[in-house]
Amino acid sequence: MDQFNFSGNVPMAYTRRSFLGHGLILASAAATVPAFISRSALGMNAAAATGVTSLSGVPQDRVLVVVQLAGGNDGLNTVVPFGDGAYYRARPSLAIPAKSVLKLGKNADFGLHPQLSGLNDLYDQGQLSVILGVGYPNPNRSHFKSMDIWHTADTTGTGTGWLGRYFDNDCGGKPTDLLGAPAQAPMGGISIGREAPLALKGAKAQPIGFESAELFQWLGKGVDDKLANPYDQVNRRGTSPGVDPTSSAGFLMRTALDAQISSDQIRKAVSQKPLVAYPGNELARQLAMVSSMIRAGVPTRVYYVTLGGFDTHAGQGGENGRHAQLMQQLGSSLKAFYADLKAQGNDTRVLTMSFSEFGRRVSQNASGGTDHGTAAPMFLAGPMVRPGIIGDQPSLTDLDAGDLKYKLDFRGIYAGVLGQWLKADASKVLEGSYRAVDIIGKT
Amino acid sequence: MSLGYQPDSSPKSVQMPGKSVGTNPNKPDVKHPTPPVPQTRKPISASLAPMKPDKWSYDHARHLLWRAGFGGSAAQIETVQGWGPSKAVDHLLDFDAIPFEKVAPDTFDADIMRPLNAEERGDIAKARRMGDEDSVARLRAQRQEAERVDRQQMRKVQQWWLKRMIETPRPLEEKMTLFWHGHFATNYRTIEDSYHMFQQNQMFRTHAVGNFGKLLYEIIRDPAMIAYLDNNDSRKGKPNENLARELMELFSLGVGNYGENDIKEGARALTGYSFYDDEFTFQKQNHDDGGKAILGKAGKLDGDGFVTAILENPACPRFIAAKLYRFFVADRPTGRPHIDKPADAVVRELASSLVANRYELKPVLKRLFLSEHFYQPEIMREQIKSPAELVVGAVRSLDAPVRDLGTLTDAMNLMGQNIFYPPSVKGWDGGRSWINTATLFIRQNILCFLLTGKMPHGFDPLAKSEPFDATAFVRGLGDFKPGDTAAVTAALLRFNLGAAGDDNTRTVMDWFASRKNKLDDDTISGALLLITAMPEYQLC
Repeated sequence: MDQFNFSGNVPMAYTRRSFLGHGLILASAAATVPAFISRSALGMNAAAATGVTSLSGVPQDRVLVVVQLAGGNDGLNTVVPFGDGAYYRARPSLAIPAKSVLKLGKNADFGLHPQLSGLNDLYDQGQLSVILGVGYPNPNRSHFKSMDIWHTADTTGTGTGWLGRYFDNDCGGKPTDLLGAPAQAPMGGISIGREAPLALKGAKAQPIGFESAELFQWLGKGVDDKLANPYDQVNRRGTSPGVDPTSSAGFLMRTALDAQISSDQIRKAVSQKPLVAYPGNELARQLAMVSSMIRAGVPTRVYYVTLGGFDTHAGQGGENGRHAQLMQQLGSSLKAFYADLKAQGNDTRVLTMSFSEFGRRVSQNASGGTDHGTAAPMFLAGPMVRPGIIGDQPSLTDLDAGDLKYKLDFRGIYAGVLGQWLKADASKVLEGSYRAVDIIGKT
Repeated sequence: MSLGYQPDSSPKSVQMPGKSVGTNPNKPDVKHPTPPVPQTRKPISASLAPMKPDKWSYDHARHLLWRAGFGGSAAQIETVQGWGPSKAVDHLLDFDAIPFEKVAPDTFDADIMRPLNAEERGDIAKARRMGDEDSVARLRAQRQEAERVDRQQMRKVQQWWLKRMIETPRPLEEKMTLFWHGHFATNYRTIEDSYHMFQQNQMFRTHAVGNFGKLLYEIIRDPAMIAYLDNNDSRKGKPNENLARELMELFSLGVGNYGENDIKEGARALTGYSFYDDEFTFQKQNHDDGGKAILGKAGKLDGDGFVTAILENPACPRFIAAKLYRFFVADRPTGRPHIDKPADAVVRELASSLVANRYELKPVLKRLFLSEHFYQPEIMREQIKSPAELVVGAVRSLDAPVRDLGTLTDAMNLMGQNIFYPPSVKGWDGGRSWINTATLFIRQNILCFLLTGKMPHGFDPLAKSEPFDATAFVRGLGDFKPGDTAAVTAALLRFNLGAAGDDNTRTVMDWFASRKNKLDDDTISGALLLITAMPEYQLC
């Protein structure tokens, strides 16, 4: 429903001169400094003050990219336990032949789906961790509920989003502007897609969400392009002369200016051509946008992209087919994404994490597909990850009502990402203590 | 649209007999100047004495209609201005006299999430015992299907309520229902029973401007609330403290006005307060009927005894008065002493008024809506519209086509107010937290959608067949000479923003000038697109 952000014309270029050119007196100019500019400055100072230790070669402004695989990705055909006869018995027509599996190391008895060659390349370069058997206690098999559980990091699936809470905590309690009035809520994460994910919604932090960046602006210009100039007049003026800067009107005028600048910045960022060619698929399109925003220094630390279509109850396919195509999208997009980031010189700043709301049942069903299951692998990608295999493959025979028993609680991975990568207080953000999985490899 | 919703056949207006649309003797003063920011900040009036009827103006009528409802059409503002404050407030508060569609219990399907009967439970137990995986899986699939159907019904309930807010001739009834929904915030996502959410909503409507005490006795019997705060799992010896805690912290007293022991004993008092299917049940065998001491009251207190102890606590009227104040009047504190001090005094006075009226809300609200304080210039045009106020208010005030209820509720979600899904038991923070760079575009663009049918990539397919009638709208604002864009600009700004402002006047005048000062559907729609995208449009 980000369909409400939008339309086509390139706005007049924003310059600081045009903003100051409205003849603002000094005092109100101070109150009119766009909040996100002053915030990013504050953010830097806060990082320095809290003594965030740096990973060598990694700048402080680290970025997390979350890739959501929606619908319940089949973990067993993603990281394939080809050494286990039980796998082939359970999946007579869906199993991947051992000879096709991309083996993760010489002695491993599991490996990647053959269409994940992009991820396999990252693995060979020491830029991928494969985390096995991730789940949570008393797994819920409803898409809706289980997704909420992953988004909230709470097994009742209630409350605010885990990354929303990260922003709430990290960006300080109630920021105030220079005149002591409450500043606007901090900039939350940026999500590409139809819906703003719950994971990014905090008590204060609200995500920016749009399907494509040209939609993150006022629609009225698309009704009549002659409206663009007068619209800019009223939305880029900052606090009007005669308006009390501490009043709600003053607050709204400053936020309106902020919104125009964010919009300009984001749309300008994604209009840049990527430095490498991306494959022609939906996930690649989203990751190319993220990469452009990272390159342009858009001030957020979290991006969120989604690939759907994983609910493969029927006609799932094995080595080829529906699921294989999704694997191909995932692998090739992430490979291109990191090549692009490397060309920018930003690859060490970016950690990517993929997850799905659940895996699928061990046994295939009568429709050549698989039903909702439980534990599944997660991927972490980027030059700074602890490369290789993390955790153990759950048994295919010691099952809980036909489903895998999880080995690692996903909140342990969140704790690692929050604590080790984003340098946040993981137990505060997760509202509980979870043993953090070591996810960073290079120090 | 697909719902068969007909905006033209719906009673959008507050019933106000006597005046016809088209002539407006009280047309807004075109030369109304923007008052400068006062240099010396005199405290604003803290008086709850009635404002003087001879001071009653167009702006006051407009303010009352926005705050005690969802904004008024031009005709409604005119009527309310003509009535004077006393009649206007009575009309809004005594809404029982205004006929409107009753809410029937069978408006929605009560049985989608009905509990399993004995036979069904037996089947499941048997399948589990026998290790009959296929039957277990089939029953699980049935349950998932029911949940899916129930989520669809929840979406219908959302749209039904939004439609009711838009159509009602009793706006304060729905506004107070919205207040109670935010106060006793319950989230469908947790309880997964759309019918219970609907029942709760109707319960809030029944007590909208009734008695707060009665509502508090009701809420501990409400299936949705009981499920939301886990009281159905609370039994003697193993009390669950969730409901007891929130009952005091968020629903009645506020933090610091009770102790941990009051929570423990309160939880014991609430043991056995449960529900079966759609009805409250008191499970005597699970109730702890031993002696307790809560908030200084001792005895074998049950849930009602607990609520009574709360209502007799002086923190309760203060807490409720403060919440009503924030909803209807202003955020506090603002950090501006000339406003904050009088506001504190008004809240104290409202609290006394609640006590004097034994928690009857009508007389308290009446006093507030008539008061000098409520109409202070620093109070007017200072509140940020909630997403519900923005969307419902736009349709009602502009008489814009509704276009698509689902689109409107989705947009409200993106603006941060997904009705029936409040972010936590605390409800919505409101005020400035509604606004950030993302929500501001959505706020501007939903207005653009209502006025033109503009979607991200083109127009709503029905945009042409459901046009916004811009010239009719302007005729409703008054009689204007052809080409008198100055008068039209002033009227549009005053109606939509409550004040003109030099910058805004110039912007709109320049727009008309760029169109050779023609006043037609296109130019007026354009002006309204600009006005509804002005930062001040977010205020009421």
